[in-house]
Amino acid sequence: MSTTTPPPAVPQADVDTPTEPKQRSAASVARDALSSRAASGAAIVIAILWTLPTFGLFVSSFRPEGEVKTNGWWNVITDPQFTLDSYQSVISGSNNINLASYFINSIVITIPSVLIPISLAVMASYAFAWIEWKGRDILFVAVFALQIVPIQVTMIPLLRLYVEPPFNLMPLAGNDAPGGGFYTVWLSHTIFALPLAIFLIHNFMREIPGELVESARVDGAGHVQIFSRIMLPLMTPAIAAFGIFQFLWVWNDLLVALVFAGGSPDVSPLTVRLAALAGQRGEDWHLLSAGAFVSLVVPLIVFLSLQRYFVRGLLAGSVKG
Amino acid sequence: MSTSDKLIQMVIAVVLFFAVMTVILLVTQRLRSRSGERIQAAAFVAPALILITIGLLYPAIRTIYQSFFGNAYEPIVGMNPNNFDGFDNYVQIFTDSGLLKVLRNTAIWVILTPILATGIGLVYAVLVDRSRFEKFAKALIFLPMAISLVGASIIWKFVYDYKATEQDQLGVLNALLKLVGVDTYRFLLTEPWNTFFLIVIMVWVQAGFAMTVLSAAIKAIPDDIIEAARLDGVGGLRMFRYITVPSIRPSLIVVLTTISITTLKVFDIVRTATGGQFGTSVLANEFYVQSFRSFDFALGAALAVLIFILVTPIVIYNVRQMRRLEAR
Repeated sequence: MSTTTPPPAVPQADVDTPTEPKQRSAASVARDALSSRAASGAAIVIAILWTLPTFGLFVSSFRPEGEVKTNGWWNVITDPQFTLDSYQSVISGSNNINLASYFINSIVITIPSVLIPISLAVMASYAFAWIEWKGRDILFVAVFALQIVPIQVTMIPLLRLYVEPPFNLMPLAGNDAPGGGFYTVWLSHTIFALPLAIFLIHNFMREIPGELVESARVDGAGHVQIFSRIMLPLMTPAIAAFGIFQFLWVWNDLLVALVFAGGSPDVSPLTVRLAALAGQRGEDWHLLSAGAFVSLVVPLIVFLSLQRYFVRGLLAGSVKG
Repeated sequence: MSTSDKLIQMVIAVVLFFAVMTVILLVTQRLRSRSGERIQAAAFVAPALILITIGLLYPAIRTIYQSFFGNAYEPIVGMNPNNFDGFDNYVQIFTDSGLLKVLRNTAIWVILTPILATGIGLVYAVLVDRSRFEKFAKALIFLPMAISLVGASIIWKFVYDYKATEQDQLGVLNALLKLVGVDTYRFLLTEPWNTFFLIVIMVWVQAGFAMTVLSAAIKAIPDDIIEAARLDGVGGLRMFRYITVPSIRPSLIVVLTTISITTLKVFDIVRTATGGQFGTSVLANEFYVQSFRSFDFALGAALAVLIFILVTPIVIYNVRQMRRLEAR
């Protein structure tokens, strides 16, 4: 019964560990060494619990199909057998699960969905931060407030706009949609990213000293020059920070892709395919594990190489509505 | 569409976008008069505002409106004003036993996930602070943040995998159960605990976020405060309780609320791990099921509005906290 279940991988016990250093803290000098040992012990336990699940799937993805399906991945210790077969069948597409084309879809979806909203947000932020105009503060608050609209609330009417736009405009979804139907996904990601992007980039932009803008104005520079010659170079780190955020968000998205790509294999990204695979092929662990890792590679590379910017974006943008 | 077609479409979209933006900026660049300034501001801000209005504001209002109509309302075809139902959809959510379970699950998710993720993130941030392997140790916990929730769910489905006790186990947890001589357990199928095992996945993903933000906050605590406390003989747990936690209180609130908001809207985990079956569905998943599986758009709209209603106070509280912080 449930009482016999081990606690979930959440290390409840570790939450209490700091008590130990406390009891020992009386023992003046020895305290530091002891408490740091207990602390490292607890830290190591958490680190292992956090790494092990991924590691298990990673090992599995390199094991032969028969082995993956019959015994646990930890058996590689006694019986090491490795192969790239799972990756091959997942990527080059036997069994009708060709991930390569979904991988391309992910790339095609992600790049415009990062570049476009960020460009729009930088421009809008500039107008909010450095151009004087009537109603600017009210509009800025309004944009900020729209962060609270969950994307679920907007989906059905938005879908309707794409399928049947008013004024006889060109439908963006359907059989003869332009760009093979990618436009709806690009547009949706752009729209959903804008409020947060404008808010964050505006905050970064306000930190630039006003004298810089003032003196450029005195020298006769227009807003477009100030924007492109002064702001853009100075804003590069902030733009990179938010860019990585948006990249991971779009690459890892499932909901927007499901709703706006309409399940079409021509437009659907990796996440959609993987989710379907997890539903249909719960037993095909060799394919699932390799597939999951194919989908992890790109965000992991981006994340590891640009970690510093990502953390920066995280610290600036911890309020995501 | 072939691969090259797709890539060409992508390049066309990006080039088109930048070309249009450049033209707008170049055209307005020369205006120097007072009204010219206004046009320039419009050129900078209008594209974003138009998109937000069409894509967020209008649909949000529309969905709220729609949630008061019966299901004969066809969102793709058009509007049938004869089907005004008042609060029927909402009444259904709060009376239907299946939907009540969804509400209960959502509440469990939104309460447990932030507390567990923040707690673990905080403890871990304290534990590894200023240790020799701090960077590496943080990266380990942080890494799940880069993984999609679909990927994370697959990783954990593997951990939770069930086989009858006498068989060889594939999942680590059931292998451990077997090792200690206990019957294997259907982690994802057995109500009501399966919801908790799904929550573990979200905690696993979010703890890294909590850890990063809180770690930065901990590092920002002025050294003289810690030094003064130490001179007063405060150490260990009491330092944590009376110095660390109060000093990072604003960050704690931000982290807790951010994770609650994310949790409220997330559906990838439930959908990938159980598909919302076996009594695990949550609001965000139910919205998808009702709208795009059962095509009960009206009920879907009401569910979406409910997410909206639940998110709003959390965000407002968060914003007020931030304002207070900035005012300082």
